[in-house]
Amino acid sequence: MVEKIKIENLNFWYGEKQILSKVDLNFSENKITALIGPSGCGKSTLLRCMNRMNDLITISKINGNILFNSKNIYNESIDVTELRKKIGMVFQKPNPFPMSIFENVAYGLRVQGIKEKKEIVKIVEESLKKADLWDEVKDRLNGSAFKLSGGQQQRLCIARALAINPEVILMDEPCSALDPIATAKIESLLKKLKNEMTIIIVTHNMHQAKRVSDYTAYLLNGNIIEFSETKSLFNNPKNKLTKEYINGEFG
Amino acid sequence: MVMKKDKIKEIIYINLLRISGFISLAILIFIISFIILKGIGVINLTFLTSIWTHNDITQGGIIQAIIGTIMLGIGVSIISIPLGVCTAIYLHEYASNNILTKSIKLSIRNLAGIPSVIYGLFGLAFFVLFLKLGGSVLSASLTLGCMTLPWIITSTEEALKAVPDSFREGSYALGATKWQTIKKNVLPNASGGIITGSILGVSRSLGETAPIIIVGATFFISYLSYSPLDKFMALPYHIFILATQHSSPYAQQYALGTALVLISVIFIMNLSAFIIRYKIRGKKEW
Amino acid sequence: MSKEKNIEFIFLSVSLITLFILLGIFAFLFATGIHAFSEISLKEFFLGKEWNPSSYSGPKWGILGLIMSTLMIVIGSLIISVPLGIASAIYIAEIAPKKSKEIIKPTIEMLAGVPSVVLGLIGLLVVAPLIAKIFNLSSGLNALTSSIIVSIMALPTIISISEDVITSLPKDFKEASLSLGATKWQTIKMVIIPASLSGLIAAVMLGLGRIVGETMAVLMVAGNSIAFPNSFFDPIRPITANIAIEIKEVVKGSLHYEALFAMGLVLFCITFIVNLISDSIIKKRVEKYRW
Repeated sequence: MVEKIKIENLNFWYGEKQILSKVDLNFSENKITALIGPSGCGKSTLLRCMNRMNDLITISKINGNILFNSKNIYNESIDVTELRKKIGMVFQKPNPFPMSIFENVAYGLRVQGIKEKKEIVKIVEESLKKADLWDEVKDRLNGSAFKLSGGQQQRLCIARALAINPEVILMDEPCSALDPIATAKIESLLKKLKNEMTIIIVTHNMHQAKRVSDYTAYLLNGNIIEFSETKSLFNNPKNKLTKEYINGEFG
Repeated sequence: MVMKKDKIKEIIYINLLRISGFISLAILIFIISFIILKGIGVINLTFLTSIWTHNDITQGGIIQAIIGTIMLGIGVSIISIPLGVCTAIYLHEYASNNILTKSIKLSIRNLAGIPSVIYGLFGLAFFVLFLKLGGSVLSASLTLGCMTLPWIITSTEEALKAVPDSFREGSYALGATKWQTIKKNVLPNASGGIITGSILGVSRSLGETAPIIIVGATFFISYLSYSPLDKFMALPYHIFILATQHSSPYAQQYALGTALVLISVIFIMNLSAFIIRYKIRGKKEW
Repeated sequence: MSKEKNIEFIFLSVSLITLFILLGIFAFLFATGIHAFSEISLKEFFLGKEWNPSSYSGPKWGILGLIMSTLMIVIGSLIISVPLGIASAIYIAEIAPKKSKEIIKPTIEMLAGVPSVVLGLIGLLVVAPLIAKIFNLSSGLNALTSSIIVSIMALPTIISISEDVITSLPKDFKEASLSLGATKWQTIKMVIIPASLSGLIAAVMLGLGRIVGETMAVLMVAGNSIAFPNSFFDPIRPITANIAIEIKEVVKGSLHYEALFAMGLVLFCITFIVNLISDSIIKKRVEKYRW
């Protein structure tokens, strides 16, 4: 099992408050790993460390290692914008740009300097197909992205992230703003996508983690309590705290 | 594939933006420094407290202009603050979204954009001639008051908007009437913003020159007058004449000194407004 | 209950005053100005190149030269203040570190508090001689100097409003752009500026309003020549300055007096239209970005 991302002894502070403590974790290639835990346990923060979106927070402090393809992403020589082209992100609330559907998906390509119109059109179509949105929008690619429903907007954001062909996709509670039908569509989408990339998904919905992921990590107060194959974490939790969470005793 | 060329472009553009920001900053710093350095030489007690002597300007002072500006400030405050605050209260607390309200709001936005000369013409035609108030502090205060009104209304409205609706709802739930709610609940909580906006609005009016030229400011009065029905001297007009029409070799220096006094007054007023806003924001528990 | 109604009525009455002032301004300008046209033909007024009410060969009432002067200042000031203002706003909103922002923003707002007569003084004592020296002119009182000074007056307005517009954009756009591997400048160029465009236009239009209406600074550095300007190095006299200079000298009620009011009416209409346009732009924006 290839370790696509490996986290070693990660500590993270937001100002004076420590959010993550001594996190050790690894994410296997072409698998879906879920991060679960109660609100405020640090799972989104952990996710955002992996594509260095936390760099945008000026009062944050971090130490420890995050290795991507065996290279530390916090190394001085790493170009953050290049990193983010390989590790993509889908946010909790769909955030399409105020542009057409086509331009939204094409954005990442233009950022990379791809100018050839034929190539852009081809990749946009492929990405929308992979995100299971093509049939619904193929006749209105020039329409505003805001005219789409919430679920469609989120699939658009997924298509947009896919267009630049990342190796990893980070998903921060991608279905929490969506209805059950839209959620189901996205979950089946993820299962198809994992064949081509590594997926890490933060979710507060344990059932989703069970349905979708190969591995699950349980976080509490910034610490990894337990990490194992999804089936064994849910059917046979080794840690008492994990058991309590899964049984709904709190959270 | 990130090419070196792209990285260089990125650095160039970001630095162009940075330089622009600094240029804007530098302009202000230069203006203030220049006025202070060149004007300070003229400032002394005599300058600030004596009457203007036309024949040898080095012997006299600008006390009349200072008093004129102060009287204008008081006049503008008396006229524009009560009217402006009441209008804002009506628009924010009472008015429904009908044509009348929309017209009033449209008027306010347009009045804010009308050039000061036009206010001068209006003041001349209406206050000086039609109402026969003559060229006086009164006419000028009324004219500048009209100019300042939109500003006070807008900033008071912002202050009222900042008071959470939950306060109003809580008051009504206890059986208070609308006016009681406004008087006892909303206004006290909006007072910081209202005071700040009023001070800033009035301080802006003190720097206005064109309208007061047209409605009564003069350059030289031989006596000290406190009457609002009299012609008057004022700091901005004084600066203008000294800078452009006075024949004394010291005129420009005295213009700078007067300018220093004027911007000091405006600056102190702005500073107090900010301090008041800061203090009241600090006390806010919400 | 009737006390409440009375209080509301008082507030309403006071509010109507603003309506009356606007109507009053228009009314007085119109009532006085319209008389001028009983003796001056519309054609001569709007198309005549020469404004010289006290000319020996009979008074000339053409405002085209004055409009040209105003136009030159508008164009000259916009060329300076729009790029500088918007770039500064982008810098403050997107690039400046938080601590710097807290110093720079209030400082630029202070620039807005400098009275135009003081700025005119600086123009007279510093900028005009400088321009004269650089371009080898006998006097620096011309359209170029006026444009520079007036652009400084418009700058705080453009910067302040543009900065507000950019800051009020939802953070989602920026995050999405960065998460796709875009650089800061790419995000600014490809997402932030297009998304803020209408607001930036509104900011420029408000700045335009200030430029058109600027009187004192121009009075002091424009050179005040009633000759039709041919280049930016010529002295000029825009409408605002002309009204301010001549109104003190004229006999109240004379044709000259009425003509000045007619000029004021033209100015009023120009600023009214500019305000109306920027208003509708701002309204469309508020509706578009309400999510």
